[in-house]
Amino acid sequence: MKRIRFVHVTFAALVAALAVPAAGVSKGSAVPSSVGKGEGKLTMVVWEGYAEKQWVAPFEKASGCKVSAKYAGSSNDMFNLMTSGGGGQYDVVSASGDASLRLIYAGAVAELNVNLIPAYKDFFKAFQSPLHNTVDGKHYGISIQFGPNVLMYNTKSFSKKPTSWSAIYSAANKGKITIPDNPIQIADAALYLSKTKPALGIKDPYELTKAQLAAVVTLLKAQRPLIKKYWGLASDQIDLFKNGGSTIGASWPYQVNTLAAAKVPVAALIPKEGATGWADSYMLSTKAQHPNCAYRWMQYITQPKPQAQQAIYFGETPVNKKACKVMDSLSKGSCAQYSANKPEAYYRSIKFWKTPVADCGNGQKNCMDLRAWTTAWTQVKG
Amino acid sequence: MAADPARIDEGAPAGGALRALSRFTWRRPRLKTLGQVSAPVAAFVFVYVAALAALLIQGFWTTDSFTGKVIHSWNLDNFRTIADAPYPTIILRTVGMATAVTLTCMLLAFPYAYFLVRVAGPRLRVILLVATVLPLWVSYLVRVYSWRLILNPDGALNWALDLVGLPDLNIAYTNWAMWVVFTYIWLPFMVLPVYAALERVPQSYLEASADLGAHGPTTLRRVIFPLAVPGLAAGSIFTFSLTLGDYIAPSLVGGPGSSLIGTVVFENLGLANNAPFAAAFATVPLAIMAVYLVIMKRLGAFESL
Repeated sequence: MKRIRFVHVTFAALVAALAVPAAGVSKGSAVPSSVGKGEGKLTMVVWEGYAEKQWVAPFEKASGCKVSAKYAGSSNDMFNLMTSGGGGQYDVVSASGDASLRLIYAGAVAELNVNLIPAYKDFFKAFQSPLHNTVDGKHYGISIQFGPNVLMYNTKSFSKKPTSWSAIYSAANKGKITIPDNPIQIADAALYLSKTKPALGIKDPYELTKAQLAAVVTLLKAQRPLIKKYWGLASDQIDLFKNGGSTIGASWPYQVNTLAAAKVPVAALIPKEGATGWADSYMLSTKAQHPNCAYRWMQYITQPKPQAQQAIYFGETPVNKKACKVMDSLSKGSCAQYSANKPEAYYRSIKFWKTPVADCGNGQKNCMDLRAWTTAWTQVKG
Repeated sequence: MAADPARIDEGAPAGGALRALSRFTWRRPRLKTLGQVSAPVAAFVFVYVAALAALLIQGFWTTDSFTGKVIHSWNLDNFRTIADAPYPTIILRTVGMATAVTLTCMLLAFPYAYFLVRVAGPRLRVILLVATVLPLWVSYLVRVYSWRLILNPDGALNWALDLVGLPDLNIAYTNWAMWVVFTYIWLPFMVLPVYAALERVPQSYLEASADLGAHGPTTLRRVIFPLAVPGLAAGSIFTFSLTLGDYIAPSLVGGPGSSLIGTVVFENLGLANNAPFAAAFATVPLAIMAVYLVIMKRLGAFESL
């Protein structure tokens, strides 16, 4: 009896598996031309705070796709979740720029048809085909949210507003500086050197040759005695700014807003050298079991309202310019607070995270990859 | 192997077969022992030894840093890299920290355990023993975080120093902070074995020592302390190995220049996706512990575990 049932179930599953491609989005490598009926389910790997009830519940109701989200602790977690066990366990991932290219080159994510995402045309130009999710004109990700890495300082300790990243490399602020504990922080120093030492020839802070990386490491090693703390958690930096242990540092808008809400006198800016930043994209697994629900999710999450809700909840900037109005209606002044109303040039000035790879993009393969960056970072921290 | 269940099911009724098996193994005690321990040994081998072996083997591979896929080509590059800067410094720092923490724990635990055994009354002893293990009931993270609050510039430490008119101490996010936190966290692991060792010293030994004319310090030095050494050694195995592998305390209370072995393993595994190097580096504490255990065995640590 049991055996017969199992055969039936297997047969039914096979029929279903064969029927799905016919019903809409194909599971193969071909890019779909239309979105079919939802499969009733959607599995995602996302950052914590990206699948909150307030915007997931309306989606589930409208699409009939039941969302189950898995939170990842790091970009590397995301990468491993999407590639381990052959993929297929998760449909979409909210990959940051330091993981997205790796996912594309590992063949874990599929090309997308952006014409199926109506809100795409309302994106800021900088996020329609950014380098971290678009390769050779092919889109592998839909931008969702981003944020700059800003220079934060205590307004009481700095009578003169710092305007350059040089403030965090200056001995004048010894013992008061906090910067993120992350190898990608090397890019911040590289960006600074690209402006202050043009002789090094740094064009892209994520594409460094051995000599350029060595120069950056020298700068960061000289910075180490000035550092109060390489912060691993945002709360590390928040604590230190609250109790005066740190007065200046590289930070995220999230910390600035949290500290301002706690009445700590802080301000933040993008210094004259520019800034790095993170940008997240939703990407579709090549082996997604529920591609139609995945497309429906991407159609939904890029609309102004969920964009605004997520931006305010997480403290980041939406890529859809129409979200600004909704943000202000949800929380007055939030659009300007999160810089969702700046001119295009502002977004272009941010150098978004991108996985450092050996391929420099100019045909040469002499750039330092993420592994070399991590080793360099270990050296910097000592 | 002897207790093959399939054989029991076949043939004679269960009772007869079981009795036959019992008679069979009774006559062959070695086979009987083998049958009894094979299950736990198999579990140990598959779960523990196999995991360690897999770790070691990984250390000889490399990864494609871009796709993160492991490349199964055998080489010693990862082990060679361990000798490059800054890894030797980090290893020395870790061993130094583990040694400092272990010695501090010993200095604190010995008089405390002695007090528990020889001075405190039965009720006070129970209260103090519970107080010793009480922190272990609280999450590790909570305990480390609470030290951040204590060591902060405006925290409990400086508040207390101000009260007694001493200058402020700013040791938050330094190696000193790590030393204090590790000592606090691992102290119960030192107190308990030392307590057990001291409790085993019979009162009559002390009386005999006094009868032979030894003063208190002499008795302590020549009778009590030598008998407590196995306890101290056993406790030190805990404090030393736990410090050797930790990466959370360095990231939470450490500052610049506070990377430990655990930090490097975590960063290579968690950030760079370089599992082979992490595996190779993880053999360093393994080797250090092997040497340490040999020394401790000489000191009789395993008699007091």
